[in-house]
Amino acid sequence: MWYHKPVINEELLQSLPNLKIVANSGVGIDHLDLKLLSSYGVKLSNTPFIVSTDTADMGMALMLASSRRLVEGYQMAVSPDTEYFPADWLGDELSGATLGIVGMGTIGYKVAERAKAFEMKILYHNRNQRNKDEERAVGAIYCKKIDDLLQRSDFVLLSVNLTPQTHKLIGKRELELMKPTATLINISRGLVVDQDALVEALQNKVIKAAALDVTYPEPLPRDHPLLKLKNVIITPHIGSATKKTRRLMMENMIESIQAGLTGLPIPNEVL
Amino acid sequence: MFRSKGFGLLKLIPLMSGQPNLAYKFIHPAIASHGHRCHRRSVDYRQRYKTCPGSAGGRTLSAPQTKNWLVLSEELLLVKCRPVLTWRPLLGHVQQQTGAETEMQVKARIKQYYWCQDCKHLIDAVGIMAEEELPGVLILDVGGTHGVLEDLAALLKKHFRLITMKEFLENKKEMSKKIQSVFVFECRPTIDRELLESLPNLKVIGNSGVGVDHLDLKMISNFGVKVTNTPHAVADPTADIGVALMLASARRLVEGCQITVSPDTKYFAVDWLGVEVTRATLGIIGMGSIGYKVAQRARAFNMRILYHNRNRRRKEEEEAVCAHYCEKMEDLLQQSDFVMLVVNLTPETHKLIGKKELGLMKPTATLINISRGAVIDQDALVEALQNKVIRAAALDVTYPEPLPRDHPLLKLNNIIITPHIGTATVQAIRMMAEEAIANMLAVLNGQPIPSEVFPK
Repeated sequence: MWYHKPVINEELLQSLPNLKIVANSGVGIDHLDLKLLSSYGVKLSNTPFIVSTDTADMGMALMLASSRRLVEGYQMAVSPDTEYFPADWLGDELSGATLGIVGMGTIGYKVAERAKAFEMKILYHNRNQRNKDEERAVGAIYCKKIDDLLQRSDFVLLSVNLTPQTHKLIGKRELELMKPTATLINISRGLVVDQDALVEALQNKVIKAAALDVTYPEPLPRDHPLLKLKNVIITPHIGSATKKTRRLMMENMIESIQAGLTGLPIPNEVL
Repeated sequence: MFRSKGFGLLKLIPLMSGQPNLAYKFIHPAIASHGHRCHRRSVDYRQRYKTCPGSAGGRTLSAPQTKNWLVLSEELLLVKCRPVLTWRPLLGHVQQQTGAETEMQVKARIKQYYWCQDCKHLIDAVGIMAEEELPGVLILDVGGTHGVLEDLAALLKKHFRLITMKEFLENKKEMSKKIQSVFVFECRPTIDRELLESLPNLKVIGNSGVGVDHLDLKMISNFGVKVTNTPHAVADPTADIGVALMLASARRLVEGCQITVSPDTKYFAVDWLGVEVTRATLGIIGMGSIGYKVAQRARAFNMRILYHNRNRRRKEEEEAVCAHYCEKMEDLLQQSDFVMLVVNLTPETHKLIGKKELGLMKPTATLINISRGAVIDQDALVEALQNKVIRAAALDVTYPEPLPRDHPLLKLNNIIITPHIGTATVQAIRMMAEEAIANMLAVLNGQPIPSEVFPK
């Protein structure tokens, strides 16, 4: 399946008696009912590692674009009304700032590797603490409690997968724990954030800004308040949208399908 | 907020025999930052001074509860040492001995126990200089569209008498003699022959920023005036913007934002793709401080790094960022997926990238410019982008700035332009002012100058 389509439901599964495997593009499988699939004896595969670097790159791109006000700047540079560039138009520096990574899986770790080169201080919150060598390699400090991370970070980056535990992980309480000068970056799933709480937080300057590659739904309804706020940038879920990666994802999926059909062990099987 | 305070200016050193109290080495910040490269990022130029209610017999100076530091008065405390005999500001903190001290007592103690780092002589006199006696610095204006920002003006006021262009023009006779320095902020005020002729006591032009292509260095030098810039303050933020532009262009971030908010968007197209940054090849043209910091950042993205520079960097420096030297720029152009320009603007780099160079680049390549607009032949760039000779461009700088509103570059959809925001951060703007102030003071005090710029 590609981009969550076709939708896998009971009806479809019943009508495909010989279905052996569903190969999902991308790593997120929150749109699939795993129990349902396994009850029909259908295997599932995803493409976990291929997407990591591109998604991490996207996280960095959003963080940089937000802190330096790149999109606003572009609009000023091309606007027909611009006569000069004002001297008091400023953004914030990334170098030396504190990045809090919520979800230090493959993607989160790659974000940490990149952020380290910008001399950022890195905090992370994860279900499990990473081992000392991994932490040392990127200079990351573990925050057992997410509250700690939220209170100390200038940038909070979400790179968790969507599960019942991470649904609305960031809500009103968490947003209020964040610094008023902090930016929230989401490269996981829209539902990890309580969107209504986010709108309110941004409107009342509880946090400074947000940069989202994912929302719920995608695309947002055209009259959604998030689209009107000045301190948000939203990209159309392009975390893994590069030519090379898409091709590799396809190759991965084909490999998985072939294995599934011939009864061999499936690379990247989701259990 | 983001960065720790600048290094302490006072260090504890062992006593000379016979002295009952600990002595402190006074390090002039201009000396401390002289000649060093990279890592130290801020010269802590802020003097934290506060007055407290006076006791009988003069102003009493007392310390805050938490630390053992004496908090001095708002006026500039100056010291004069033998044999240099010029007034210099006493910066940093003086440890309080016992309870509250009067100003007289502080002065006496400073004279007794402090000495000057550069000439190693005891401080001869301690005085407080009134604002009028401070060296004058000319600026365009405070606030407004092109003026110096208010915060920076406050910084300048701690060491200089601030004279705006308006004040100068209204009272040329009196003001012209007082102006010993000019603080050039965002290329203003314009330094022309007329201005230089009307400022007989001008010693230094302190430029905020590292680029000095807007200054006629030869002409200024002929008037015996020195020029300084701020290379340390600009490096990190400019490198950040270079990488930001590279990522935004590769991943089509601006276009993506437009799609997300457009009223016509019904769904996100599946075949809408950008290009990879990780493991791509980055060609850096100009591997100075900024170029090197770009390389450090790109390394973390696992990019293959090529560079072209007037001089090859040392082996250790190359190895630290896995950069390969391309003696010929053509080699770099042909192999790079991203070409980043990080040179300064000189007659040699004017139109460095023209039709020929663009033709050598890959058709899938992106050109990023964070140096100066005139380094690129803009007309050739327009043509190259229109005919897909290269994939895209991302420019923080153009010529002029802003571009005329009908310029073809503004209409292309494979280009991102930002309004010269390489150093437009709260932190950088302040650091540039601090660096400029340190340089100007070094010139006025006859000390080694951290960042002087010489005409070729």
